[in-house]
Amino acid sequence: MANILAVAEQRDGALRRISEEVVSAAKTLAGSTGGAVHAALLGGSGTRTAAAALAGFGADTIHVAESDEFTNYSPEGYVDTLAALIRDGGYFAVLIGGSALGKDLAPRLAARLDLPLASDATALDVDGGELVVTRPVYAGRAFAQVILQAEPRLVSLRPNVFRAEARPGSGSVVELAVSGDAGARRVRVREVRAAQAGRLDVGEAPIVVSGGRGLRDAEHWHLLESLRDALGPGCALGASRAVVDAGWRPHAEQVGQTGKTVSPQLYFAVGISGAMQHLAGMRSARTIVAINKDPDAPIFKIADYGLVGDAHEVLPKLTEEIRKLTGC
Amino acid sequence: MKTIVCIKRVPDTEARIRVSGGSIDTAGVKFVISPYDEFALETALRLKEGGAGGEVSVLSMGEAAAAEQLRSALAIGADSAVLLKGQPTLDGLATARALAAEIEGGGADLVLLGMKAGDDDQQQVGPMLAELLDLPCITVAAQLEIEDGKVVCHREIEGGVEIVEAPLPCVVTITKGAFEPRYPSLKGIMAAKKKPLQEKDAQLGESRIQVRALNQPPERAAGRIVGQGVDAVPELVRLLRDEAKAL
Repeated sequence: MANILAVAEQRDGALRRISEEVVSAAKTLAGSTGGAVHAALLGGSGTRTAAAALAGFGADTIHVAESDEFTNYSPEGYVDTLAALIRDGGYFAVLIGGSALGKDLAPRLAARLDLPLASDATALDVDGGELVVTRPVYAGRAFAQVILQAEPRLVSLRPNVFRAEARPGSGSVVELAVSGDAGARRVRVREVRAAQAGRLDVGEAPIVVSGGRGLRDAEHWHLLESLRDALGPGCALGASRAVVDAGWRPHAEQVGQTGKTVSPQLYFAVGISGAMQHLAGMRSARTIVAINKDPDAPIFKIADYGLVGDAHEVLPKLTEEIRKLTGC
Repeated sequence: MKTIVCIKRVPDTEARIRVSGGSIDTAGVKFVISPYDEFALETALRLKEGGAGGEVSVLSMGEAAAAEQLRSALAIGADSAVLLKGQPTLDGLATARALAAEIEGGGADLVLLGMKAGDDDQQQVGPMLAELLDLPCITVAAQLEIEDGKVVCHREIEGGVEIVEAPLPCVVTITKGAFEPRYPSLKGIMAAKKKPLQEKDAQLGESRIQVRALNQPPERAAGRIVGQGVDAVPELVRLLRDEAKAL
């Protein structure tokens, strides 16, 4: 058996995009191991319906645990339930999204099942029957290729790196029993507060607009917000450490070490000079645009397209030109 | 309240990481307490000063040189320190085992760690440690309060926060919150010399993550300066649309 298990996730009954990425990566991997793709989805009301869509990304069997207990994330309930599935599943590998949920869940599962864990993979390859996991270390200042000496191989995947690929299929949904005693769970999510309703997180947005000290003050952030809006709903705001330390922007938006490492399709660095720790956090973006008035700023060394100029002058025109294309 | 803060010795975040012969060349690299661990220590000290009282001890698994970071933590305000001497490993479960062996049965009310280490970025030791100790765990807390024997945290998730609670004793991993970590004062540095720093061998076990290769990140092909000022904007947008196919 060389089956792969993809652990999917939902929020409020809607599949999260990382789920499509994880199932797609599992499908690719199963192509190398000659196994089937299993997916697992846990959640509250509506989860069973949402889970069916995973078949469209290559899942052959979809294990679903729908329970009121899982309306919010329950770390202990998830671990009990998934550990039972994995223990009996005989999987070659178990892939989990490197989201807030996945990064909380994966290490708990690893310890419960006595398995080593490779976090935040950016590539998976099978070489001589063995899974080789590529993952960043030192916040992206180096990359390690590692092998997990256990079965199943437990890996979390960095969001936005593995492409979600629709593959028409006819996977079947099966019930996954909730394990453990719901009354004995100690960790409880009391409440979920959305910071910005409907906005993508900088860590998972396909387009990121980041600002730095070159904006000169927090009150000028509307210039970046306008650009973000022009780029459409797939765009999120990011920030350099300098402006987060200055209190201009929340830490949740920080890109770089002690912030988030991002891999969007398109990254705008506006008024960011490009400290080592910032570059490490965004250098895996597909296309990088830098706007800075200092032509010697280090950010230009890794940017695909550089524009030398003052953010205050350039941003309104850039927003206007992009709006013409997107209509947003 | 008895709090244990686990810290790790890592290269400074601004250090240029050079890979040579499949490992990191640490010549000339400055080492620090991993940045998120500093937030964990600050959280512990604020709880102690804010009325919880008790003691704050710091614990590290690492090479003998990690005593330097433990001494810094004592200078910053921790009361005592333990160094578990062992080779740092990418296998978080091995590290968690070594820490658990030390923490087990010690009567800690709260175990704090940074949400991830600044070198291997695995983000796994905290929840693994909790699982091994059979303690509840909350990860990536930007805010932590103690209410009636419970820990209540603001946990950062995509696009918002979860308000999460768990009973003490508990393991919590800390992210950057509303405050900055303090620096050691001269008085603190002097006082640290008299504080206990115990060294023992780590019960590390075997690492089951084998590193096959370590590489510099792929170089990005040299980009180009499209132009200067507002006049260059239409050309930039054209390139993003037609050449990069990014719009």
